Amino acid sequence: MSLPKPVMRGLLGKRLRFHLPIAFTLSLLAAVSFKVITEPRKQAYADFYKNYDAMKEFSAMREAGVFESVRPTGE
Amino acid sequence: MASPRRERREEGRRRADECDQTPKVRVQACMRRGSLCKTTMLRLTAGRVRTLLSRQAMAALSTSSARMASHGHEVSEQADISLPYFDRLDTPLPDRPYQDSLSAAEKSLKQKEKGPWTSLSNEEKLALYRIMFKETYAEMKRPTGEWKTVVAGILFFMGATGLVVLWQRYYVYPPHPPSFDEEWQAKQVKRMLDMRINPVEGFSSKWDYEKGQWK
Repeated sequence: MSLPKPVMRGLLGKRLRFHLPIAFTLSLLAAVSFKVITEPRKQAYADFYKNYDAMKEFSAMREAGVFESVRPTGE
Repeated sequence: MASPRRERREEGRRRADECDQTPKVRVQACMRRGSLCKTTMLRLTAGRVRTLLSRQAMAALSTSSARMASHGHEVSEQADISLPYFDRLDTPLPDRPYQDSLSAAEKSLKQKEKGPWTSLSNEEKLALYRIMFKETYAEMKRPTGEWKTVVAGILFFMGATGLVVLWQRYYVYPPHPPSFDEEWQAKQVKRMLDMRINPVEGFSSKWDYEKGQWK
């Protein structure tokens, strides 16, 4: 017949104590994964273009016959 | 048939007499599950409207007001409309109490209810509750196991759909286009490598151009 009195105080504190650590962890995780993904990608692009010879690549592609504006040197 | 109706009519008039409070106070007093319902002003039939409406404008607070408003005139106190009783989670106060015809013991209990409620024992309070309502909220909310039927139905129809799709694969779909052949696919891969598709991190970066093989 007599119910226990419901909790009336400290509700915000309880919520913050639960959610703030989770929020901090997740945002930290997001920042770290951002670093982990982008740094190797930037390095890969830098390595690719360090010794990139555009004319050589172009000639190889031309010989393979993929262009329409220039045909392979034989034809 | 007549006596319970007349009894309800008398009780309605009695309640109307003792109800000098404002409609808002009366509704507050009528908390179903927290305490007992002292005046269920929601249990009104069309026949009682005229006596009560003339006192205070409480048509808006009555659930059967729509029904009453549609009655243009009351030639005689028919009170024929049998109000349904239903237990619903979102409607705490049904249109009428559960037990309409009370036994002698129950009637005396109702008389005792008019006095101070602290004089009622717990059993009496429960008896009064059961007179007014059929099931408690706990009983209403009891699990039914319906979810098992629902999941079974879902899985069954997913299986039936799978069979239909299988039949379709063999009897409806046209033959594959030529671009699905092995030979065609190989030529396609060679062309992609020649075009240097995604040479930095993607497709062509996996191919070793000097040796002519996959890395």
